[in-house]
Amino acid sequence: MAILDRDIDKLCALAQLGLDASERSAARSDLERMIAMVDAMAQVDTTDVAPLAHPLDATQRLRDDGVAAGVSREALLAVAPLTHDGLYLVPRVLDA
Amino acid sequence: MTPIGSAAEIRARLDRGEISSVELARDCIRRIEASRLNAFISVTAERALEQAEAADARIRAGTATPLTGVPIAHKDIFCTKGVRTTCGSKMLDGFVSPYDATVVEKLAAAGAVMVGKTNMDEFAMGSSSETSHYGPVRNPWDASRVPGGSSGGSAAAVAADLVAAATGTDTGGSIRQPAAFSGVSGLKPTYGRVSRWGMVAYASSLDQGGPLARSVADLETMLRCIEGFDPKDSTSAERPATSRAARPVSEIKVGLPREYFAQLSSSPLGARLADARRTFESLGVRFVDVGLPNTVVAVPTYYVIASAEASTNLARYDGVRYGHRCKDPRDIADLFQRSRDEGFGREVKRRILTGTYALSVGYYDAYYVKAQRVRRLIRDDFVEAFKTVDALLAPTSPSVAFPIGAVSDPIEMYQQDVFTVPASLAGIPAMSLPCGFHDGLPVGMQLMGKHFDEATLVALGRAFQSATDWHLKMPPEAT
Repeated sequence: MAILDRDIDKLCALAQLGLDASERSAARSDLERMIAMVDAMAQVDTTDVAPLAHPLDATQRLRDDGVAAGVSREALLAVAPLTHDGLYLVPRVLDA
Repeated sequence: MTPIGSAAEIRARLDRGEISSVELARDCIRRIEASRLNAFISVTAERALEQAEAADARIRAGTATPLTGVPIAHKDIFCTKGVRTTCGSKMLDGFVSPYDATVVEKLAAAGAVMVGKTNMDEFAMGSSSETSHYGPVRNPWDASRVPGGSSGGSAAAVAADLVAAATGTDTGGSIRQPAAFSGVSGLKPTYGRVSRWGMVAYASSLDQGGPLARSVADLETMLRCIEGFDPKDSTSAERPATSRAARPVSEIKVGLPREYFAQLSSSPLGARLADARRTFESLGVRFVDVGLPNTVVAVPTYYVIASAEASTNLARYDGVRYGHRCKDPRDIADLFQRSRDEGFGREVKRRILTGTYALSVGYYDAYYVKAQRVRRLIRDDFVEAFKTVDALLAPTSPSVAFPIGAVSDPIEMYQQDVFTVPASLAGIPAMSLPCGFHDGLPVGMQLMGKHFDEATLVALGRAFQSATDWHLKMPPEAT
């Protein structure tokens, strides 16, 4: 299947990646070849086969809904590239 | 120079007072600094000496465990408090975790001495340890070749006798294939056996931590230390520990999956596997042929699921909470996009885009859900086979270690994983151990077992290593 420039634009927007010109052309051909490879799955009849999300068919375990000790807010903020007054700092999102 | 040797040998020397843990740690650090393999990203001398002093005190007090004083390394995917965790990526170049991974915590509590963090493919995405931001790792048997990946630094470090054992992670073969390429033993436990807490996520329904070591006996010691339920990992299994009941191998029936051996028919590696089978037979192990018919589509299925999960997991790297942040972003979109562009390497971006494609509207059912359906069939193939056999013997990799740079095509690289991804998709335990050489390079064989039946793999592996000495061979770099 041919991958078009606009497909790459859309994927880059979804994945928050902005590739340069050489990366874009490589991405197109890589993705086309990748799709050709994974299309081999089509030969397997999966009628009435349920999708498997967990190899042991386990479901999400939930803990009690209560306060539990975790890593402190200060310790987590300390590893952020930029903080201010105990908050993560990002460029302005809304106009002043 | 006395070799560092296996964990079991080290414990005996420490108990006899022939050497102290501090001396051993210093010896390892000297070796790592002199090594040209690029197996380490960080050397943690200060922490190692502190832990070694505590280990020596514990040995004197008579409270040592089988790992007390034993020098080990962690793959740089396990978070270590106060020591940077890079995952082989520029994205996490300066990242210092505020907590230790459960695996790190458990090994430290047992008294193991961490001497450093090992190099790896970026975010564990690779089969050669060439995609690391810190440069490729070299194979101790031939420095012009790769050590396998993604836990290539851990495998090379153990093979080159820089440490006694190391941790690794295996999503599609990342413990087993480097163990095979580097001539060491490696175990991917059952999915859920070892906690993923503090292990940087790649593909969460496949990721599993495990050990690499000089012998199956050491793998067992490491597994017993790191396994067990962890409430902090939502997919951690609440199961009894690995059984200690040593089963006679003469009671074990092993299957030979024909789809695997068919691909080896014209390969010299087939002869090594045949030798291994004869060794097992001389020990009383019985063999039968089995079929795993969906093996042929395991690689595509794996790459759809792993890439989809990776694209989701790696969405967290946004330049805000941790990791690389671009300079002077124009706006928030520029912050996200440029931080990710600058922080991620080529292979990581390739998998993010593939995963994003597989999860996008219009393709979700055709690729992602289809892969999950095929995954069930692949898992069921194993369940069916294990109704008649206790374990499976197969090759670990279709080739021996290849030269650095020789496999530049990504699709060709993915085919390296043909024998390892089926067990990953099924979530079963699998082990690779040395079974000979081809052209002076190690050949690995793979043993796969039932869910939570690592004990049978250990029994087979121990018996094999008591009858052979492939695991005792040392590469030129170590001698």
